[in-house]
Amino acid sequence: MSGSGLTRHKNLLLFAGVALLFLLSGAMNSWNYAFSLLNFSLIFAVMALGLNLQWGFAGLFNTGLMGFAALGGLAVVLVASEPVPQGWALGGPRLMLALAFGVAAMVATVALYRRMHAGRNRNIAMVIVLTAAFFAYRAIYDPAVTGIESFESATYGNMGGLGLPALLAWPVGGLLAAAAAWAIGKTALGLRSDYLAIATLGIAEIIVSVLKNEDWLARGVKMVNDLPRPWPVYEEVVLQQTPWFTDMAANWGFDPVTGSSILVKLLYAMLFITVLAAVIWLTERALASPWGRMMRAIRDNEVSAAAMGKDVKRQHLQVFILGSAIVGVGGAMLTNMQGLMNPGTYNPLQFTFLIWVMVIVGGSGSNWGSVLGGLFIGWLWLVAENLGPGLMQAFTALIPDGFVKTTLNANAQHMRLLFIGVILLLVLRFNPRGLIPEK
Amino acid sequence: MDILNALITFLNFVFIPGVAYGAQLALGALGVTLIYSILRFSNFAHGDTMAFGTMVTIYLTWAMQGAGISIAPLPTALLALPVAIAITAGLVLLTDVGVYKFYRQKKAKPAILVIVSLGVMFIMNALVRLLIGVDDQDFFDGERFIISAGDFKEMTGLSEGLAIKSTQGITLVAAAILVAALFWFLQRTRTGKSMRAFSDNEDLALLSGINPDRVVAVTWIIAAGLATIAGVLYGLDKSFKPFTYFQLLLPIFAAAIVGGLGSPIGAIVGGFLIALSEVIVTYAWKKVITYVVPESWAPDTLIQLLSTDYKFAVSFTILIIVLLFMPTGIFKGKSV
Repeated sequence: MSGSGLTRHKNLLLFAGVALLFLLSGAMNSWNYAFSLLNFSLIFAVMALGLNLQWGFAGLFNTGLMGFAALGGLAVVLVASEPVPQGWALGGPRLMLALAFGVAAMVATVALYRRMHAGRNRNIAMVIVLTAAFFAYRAIYDPAVTGIESFESATYGNMGGLGLPALLAWPVGGLLAAAAAWAIGKTALGLRSDYLAIATLGIAEIIVSVLKNEDWLARGVKMVNDLPRPWPVYEEVVLQQTPWFTDMAANWGFDPVTGSSILVKLLYAMLFITVLAAVIWLTERALASPWGRMMRAIRDNEVSAAAMGKDVKRQHLQVFILGSAIVGVGGAMLTNMQGLMNPGTYNPLQFTFLIWVMVIVGGSGSNWGSVLGGLFIGWLWLVAENLGPGLMQAFTALIPDGFVKTTLNANAQHMRLLFIGVILLLVLRFNPRGLIPEK
Repeated sequence: MDILNALITFLNFVFIPGVAYGAQLALGALGVTLIYSILRFSNFAHGDTMAFGTMVTIYLTWAMQGAGISIAPLPTALLALPVAIAITAGLVLLTDVGVYKFYRQKKAKPAILVIVSLGVMFIMNALVRLLIGVDDQDFFDGERFIISAGDFKEMTGLSEGLAIKSTQGITLVAAAILVAALFWFLQRTRTGKSMRAFSDNEDLALLSGINPDRVVAVTWIIAAGLATIAGVLYGLDKSFKPFTYFQLLLPIFAAAIVGGLGSPIGAIVGGFLIALSEVIVTYAWKKVITYVVPESWAPDTLIQLLSTDYKFAVSFTILIIVLLFMPTGIFKGKSV
């Protein structure tokens, strides 16, 4: 956030303005509410930084953020949830064999494709190999899944997690997302921008449908509940029975139930701010480095950057993986904070397009802009869910009772989509470089 | 071995539903492809335009049902359709004047227009949800079947029935008429020809005196009409749910891209290709196979390649395969 004194003051004022919004929510509603808004918005800001790396730095049109966030959530289940040894025993090794076979078959197919000469023979060979591999895979995979899902499907039915500390799941979430981004990038990154947008939109839907339907993995829509908290966040109930906390509540005169809830959120906020600060530091360093300059050169003119000897494809893949990994970490943080993994809640409007609005409103290509956009749009999105109905009631007071009034009021929580859309269009029209423009 | 019954089962569960769905996708993809070739961007608000047009149709249908107006055995929604198209076209033209026109005159990059369409998508999505909610709405009335499975069995004496839903019949007839009319319009009329000229080379078209505002307005009106009809046909055939319509964006774009963005024929071929593959891959083939193989070979599993929940994977895989080997689609689309 350097630059001339004036822009520096303007940027500080913008952040102060957003801080004021959270303070207002705290003063007018409750501090508990304000902290939960802040925590969600901090996660959104992390995800927005990931997208800014891809779109702002490199001009990659990634509309698959939802998928990477969901993979981050999956990491929390796989790393931190309790192991289910009985479920694992009924099919775990066989399942790993199936997955290994699947990967080996893919590698073999690609190798064969490269070795054979183009022509009808190769096409026929590809169809035969892929069909055979698919049925062989299903023959290994299906019994394994049936086995795992047969164990107490009302409570388990999945292979379980590793039972490791939850904090470890955050980097693992990043790695999972990075691995997926590598596979997607290898196939789809050569595509033109709008093709890439559709392809990534599709990939995200596929990832979420896998999470919804593969019960052995994370119980699908039956959900995994009670995910352990990351260090050093306590469980509220534990806190309420801890002597030092109850003493503090008595001395300072606050209600232990509300107090514990606020303290938990405060600890989460500190963790999230640490992650956010680390990501800002890294992305700011990247932006100022020769790598960042090269990235922007590629974004602004791919052809001339390639003519200067830059490997455009490789750089795109790199930045696609990095950005997706950041979104994956954000996804893991979100699932961990919510304490449960419910694949049914992943909706592209909130997990993909809302993040886009944050980056555009904040200023694409500007890291601080993305953070500001994440906090501001995040606050608005969450607050508007409750603000919408109030506004709608004021508005519908003008029209007579009846079907129209009832319908509008019943659906008023969707007002926030309208707010977000209008803000996006206004910013694009009157301030297209965003609140904190790229330098 | 019973080829006839196998064929009937195939027609009943795979071919006819697949073709009807394909026609619905094709109409959606035609709208996407027209906007792409004239306005030169991928319109992410298209799914929500479909939802908006369908919502208007639903309200008009309910009003007509309330007033006792009906065109039985056809669904009342067909009578409501022209008015709904007019209203949807009005809204879409309003978004053009209020939103897109500014960027067109500035010659903004296509990616910026895509982001602008995201803003329009949010607003349309909000309108639909505010006005009708997020739940399933059934607005079909009239005769449900052209031939029901029972009637067919009685007529032919076969053990398998072939049911043709009236919505499937209406979809195919409407799609055929619309596609014929659209091609006639593009090939034979002055406005259609100027649209094609505009799509081929904007500067040249402007030089030869084509009025760009008129071309753009006609494009939006046609796209809104196609979107509303596609949405209503899909809603009659299955059901209306705003989120499902938003998700239709994926197979519709896959169809348009696979066919070659900007190519109307490509959009139609792409629509059928995506729809039939989706149905073929997610259908449980056990019954059909049991009819054609000797009794002892009959499969004891469902023989379903993928569960229906993975239908997006089918559109996506076809999209990727076609793009890897034919980067501009089957019918050489254009790129902006």
